Amino acid sequence: MTRRVMLREIASARAGDKGDISNVSVWVYDPAHFDSVRRSLTAERVKAAYPELFGGAVTRYDLPDLHGLNFVMERGLEGGVNASLNVDAHGKSFSFLILALEVEID
Amino acid sequence: MALRIGCGSGGAPDRVAPAEDLARDGALDYLCFESLAERTLAQGHVALREGRAGYSSKLEARLRAVLPHCVRNGTRVLTNMGGADPMGAGKATAWLAAELGLSLKIAVIEGDDVLSLIAPDTPLIETAGTVADFGRPPVAANAYIGHEAMVEALAGGADIVIAGRVSDSSLFLAPIARELKIAEDDWDMLARGALVGHLLECSTQVTGGYFADPGYKEVPGLDNLGYPLAEVAPDGSAVITKLASTGGCVTPMTVKEQLLYEVHDPAAYLTPDVSADFSTVRISAAGVDRVRVSDATGRPRPARLKTLVAFDGGFLAEGEISYAGPGALDRARLAAEIVRRRMIERNGYNGELRLDLIGAASLHATAGLRSESQDIRLRGALRSTDRKWADILLEEIESLWMGGPAGGGGFRGRITPSVITQSTFVNRADVRCTVKWMS
Repeated sequence: MTRRVMLREIASARAGDKGDISNVSVWVYDPAHFDSVRRSLTAERVKAAYPELFGGAVTRYDLPDLHGLNFVMERGLEGGVNASLNVDAHGKSFSFLILALEVEID
Repeated sequence: MALRIGCGSGGAPDRVAPAEDLARDGALDYLCFESLAERTLAQGHVALREGRAGYSSKLEARLRAVLPHCVRNGTRVLTNMGGADPMGAGKATAWLAAELGLSLKIAVIEGDDVLSLIAPDTPLIETAGTVADFGRPPVAANAYIGHEAMVEALAGGADIVIAGRVSDSSLFLAPIARELKIAEDDWDMLARGALVGHLLECSTQVTGGYFADPGYKEVPGLDNLGYPLAEVAPDGSAVITKLASTGGCVTPMTVKEQLLYEVHDPAAYLTPDVSADFSTVRISAAGVDRVRVSDATGRPRPARLKTLVAFDGGFLAEGEISYAGPGALDRARLAAEIVRRRMIERNGYNGELRLDLIGAASLHATAGLRSESQDIRLRGALRSTDRKWADILLEEIESLWMGGPAGGGGFRGRITPSVITQSTFVNRADVRCTVKWMS
């Protein structure tokens, strides 16, 4: 039976920045959740959740052995540290944008 | 016996005391201080031109705290705190050593300053245009250089190696490459050293910093967070750990989060030394606050060196005023509307103006997220090469005190000079790194 949970309930995440590119890595606590998160949390899903912010390409890289997913958002930092007028110009808080999404788990 | 390498700082503002703890109690072979972010170096160049020091303002405090311990324990020091002026930092270090009565062999690495290689037709990656298209002369250009010159300095007997823009992971790879006698084309072993560097280079981010989330991820002793050290085995695998006397934690999860910090494709993490593949890495618990990392693999290093070109970024102006209690959000919104109208319609400003409602929508405003609060801080921000607009924005927000909606309080404003950095690539053969010795 599948159920919907906020990603934060089952995974950890960290955001990093390079220029105008944001990356958020996502790590499930329980390896049993990895396949369902992988199915549910696609790059398209992340882009569609925040279309204004993540207007550029979103790419997901998978680390199945470590049960991690890495989302890379090009032009995802409102110009980056150099140009962004966001209080959080590095997008340090963007990990919680991903953790706030709901995923279906088995 | 494992090689012991500690991290003494993970960025310009990092604390000094945890580095002293490691120098005193870590039984370290090497202590590496990473201190440069994308803009830190450019700011150093601006400082240098204005007659101030172009190297880290924390150089003296950090070295003063650790050097007596390092001398006693046979620990050698590497750092990129030289910033825009490695030679200036070398001289300051020599004076400090003399003052402390320490006899130290100090090496300075030069060659990362490649401003002379930057021409009007140099292409910039982010803008897809050229330096000339940018419309302003560059103030600095520094290539990310690798570990080789630092290895040469260590081979020459350096007790302290001071560099500018060496790549963060290279600072840690240099002593590993020297002690493990890694060949310059042994890509797997170079990748293992780069992995250790990558995990250590942000100091507390692998020991429980940038991690705690109450109710989900608890971290003990965050007020006394320790810096990490690595015990590197001859096969390049390593245990990441910290001093038992410090707070924080080292767990497979803190290590995994840091593994991909600022990484895009985990199978191709590009450094000046190696193209590292972190997708093959194994991570396992090896005791309390001990995590073993192994099996990084590598491919040949990139042919060209990434280079940051810095331009004058003008001024960032930020002004804030708060509204609280019933109707706070409506009053803050009205205040924002007043600022927007005055800036655009009355003052004729036509650049980008950001107005945040902190407490309701700010960091995640562009993502479309809103929350309810009766404690709202209006923040206006703009960036301009003309100082006039920075001043006018702050005046407009400050004047809300008397001329804005009811109950506005707590105005603060600041104007920060800024530097813009763009990336390009330079040919490795054009960058000549040299080791100079302080007499």
